[in-house]
Amino acid sequence: MNQSPYLNSFRGGPDEDGRFGIYGGRFVAETLMPLILELQEKWDEAKTDPEFQKELGHLGTHYIGRPSPLYFAERLTEHLGGAKIYFKREELNHTGSHKINNCIGQILLAKRMGKTRIIAETGAGQHGVASATVAARFGLPCVVYMGATDVERQAPNVFRMKLLGAEVKPVTAGSGTLKDAMNEALRDWVTNVDDTYYLIGTAAGPHPYPEMVRDFQAVIGREAREQILQAEGRLPDLVIAAVGGGSNAIGIFHPFLDDKGVKMVGVEAGGKGLDGDEHCASITAGSPGVLHGNRTYLLQDGDGQIKEGHSISAGLDYPGIGPEHSWLNDVGRAEYVPIMDHEALEAFQLLTRIEGIIPALEPSHALAEVIKRAPGMGKDEIILMNLSGRGDKDIFTVGKILGMEL
Amino acid sequence: MTARMDRRFSALAAEGRPALVTYFMGGDPDYASSLAIMKALPTAGADVIELGMPFSDPMADGPAIQVAGQRSLKGGQTLAKTIQMARDFRLEDADTPIVLMGYYNPIYIYGVDRFLEDALEAGIDGLIVVDLPPEMDDELCIPALRRGINFIRLATPTTDAKRLPTVLENTSGFVYYVSMNGITGSALPDPSVIGGAVRHIKDHTTLPVCVGFGVKTAEQARAIGASADGVVVGSAIVNQIASSLTADGAATEATVAGVEALVRSLASGVRGARVAAAE
Repeated sequence: MNQSPYLNSFRGGPDEDGRFGIYGGRFVAETLMPLILELQEKWDEAKTDPEFQKELGHLGTHYIGRPSPLYFAERLTEHLGGAKIYFKREELNHTGSHKINNCIGQILLAKRMGKTRIIAETGAGQHGVASATVAARFGLPCVVYMGATDVERQAPNVFRMKLLGAEVKPVTAGSGTLKDAMNEALRDWVTNVDDTYYLIGTAAGPHPYPEMVRDFQAVIGREAREQILQAEGRLPDLVIAAVGGGSNAIGIFHPFLDDKGVKMVGVEAGGKGLDGDEHCASITAGSPGVLHGNRTYLLQDGDGQIKEGHSISAGLDYPGIGPEHSWLNDVGRAEYVPIMDHEALEAFQLLTRIEGIIPALEPSHALAEVIKRAPGMGKDEIILMNLSGRGDKDIFTVGKILGMEL
Repeated sequence: MTARMDRRFSALAAEGRPALVTYFMGGDPDYASSLAIMKALPTAGADVIELGMPFSDPMADGPAIQVAGQRSLKGGQTLAKTIQMARDFRLEDADTPIVLMGYYNPIYIYGVDRFLEDALEAGIDGLIVVDLPPEMDDELCIPALRRGINFIRLATPTTDAKRLPTVLENTSGFVYYVSMNGITGSALPDPSVIGGAVRHIKDHTTLPVCVGFGVKTAEQARAIGASADGVVVGSAIVNQIASSLTADGAATEATVAGVEALVRSLASGVRGARVAAAE
């Protein structure tokens, strides 16, 4: 393993320019620079303000339902016949995924900054729903940009957002998926700089977003670390999470990064396989580049044009990844592997039947990796997996693939 | 620094008129038509050429330039071909400054050193890279300045007095004042507000200040040109190209001719700017 530049810690990043090694940074248009610098200033104040932390904690407990349980998946463990498998049950949060952790944090910050309008981008609609939810809770108007392709394949979430009072704007530019929605949100922000707060949903984008989103999501890992110590009296051997942009993964990884015995695996969407273009494995099959405000691993061609990804899971359908993951990969602290659509689909069905939990297709990717690794591990070893979202939103996608009429 | 840019702005200052800076997307809708457009610009009255480098994800651009980039990429344009276009243009025109404009990733992937070497050799005078603010100067700005290629920075209405010196510090060639917060091709604000902003920038720099984002007509060019050292027109030209294409996006006889007519009209606007201002 290479040395971390952060004095024997893997948790010290980013530096003051927002860099994790060569990754991260602030690659944005000049119009946005003053906003990003202001955001950073306000975030630096807020994170050390006890009042802010108190309000965040209060809403975490009473609105989100934290702490989320740590669940020993007894039947799955037995079925796989190897390591003990624990799930961090983020799917039990209000709105059904980990996304709300970040949204609550950022809307408190938006309020503190005196912003009166919220914009967000969404792929599968989970972050859009979480954004619309907190906007409703705080009485702020919310515009959600969503690729036109995603609007069609995620109709239930579109309806949820509308019920919550958000305006959903379908984006037809480019190929009409998450990256185009993010482009459009940036265009909105650049146009409405005075009153608008851009609530980014993943641990990517220009500094300070990757750090801020990570810090709001790190509650997952902090709780899980305490809970596993209480349950088992020791730390897990392996932590596994799915990675699209990477917010749920960095949230569970970060508090364990300096625990030497804990291995980390991030699972990317292998789609239909890494040979063609129909996947979203930015680290496994991409290369470093600059998009959406940060340098990170991207799916791109030889001319630096960004490619369209593919995944069965709209939430992983993004051709980039958060910059801290790129760095953790390069320094060897975390390993990133692909899982194919069909493997995720099998895992989805297995968990549903064996544990009575319908997982979202995103954590189904992490689960497929658990299924691969657990049998080869000892019965005294422990795997901790982030069950980042529930699968209700995916039943139509899965139904279609399995040939069932809903 | 390549001398072409300074020479051109000095000559225009002596003439007592602002520059007409014209943007078009390299390779839109195909290499040959695009090169023909480029060659037609100076004779139609363009003083500085901004040659757009297409990018799949142009975050600061409005629909017109987004679609132009898609047409160009579909037509097989690459960064290497955009540089080649400048090289081909230079065979016939040794004086008109060329500024490459676009986003960082294609340059980063091409390789910064190789890019600067090829750009310089092709006769390129300046760069505008939208997603490289002063905080990122080590990436491309400093290496470009060291090689003698101008790095032209955007100043915007959000660039306040405190930040302006940071923005101007490593800027050369000219300062590009973006007339409003927003994307390319939006509506143009009141010329008097723009005039104030231009004077504010000129209090801090001796560089020429060009104004763009939203200039569509000769009348607007005339109004803006009364206070600015240059008027940038982009989306209007790109729209003109789009309107000349066949249903499946191919160039027609009207493609180059349409741009020529538009630029000639805009050029009459900037040429009348100071006369109008003096009245």
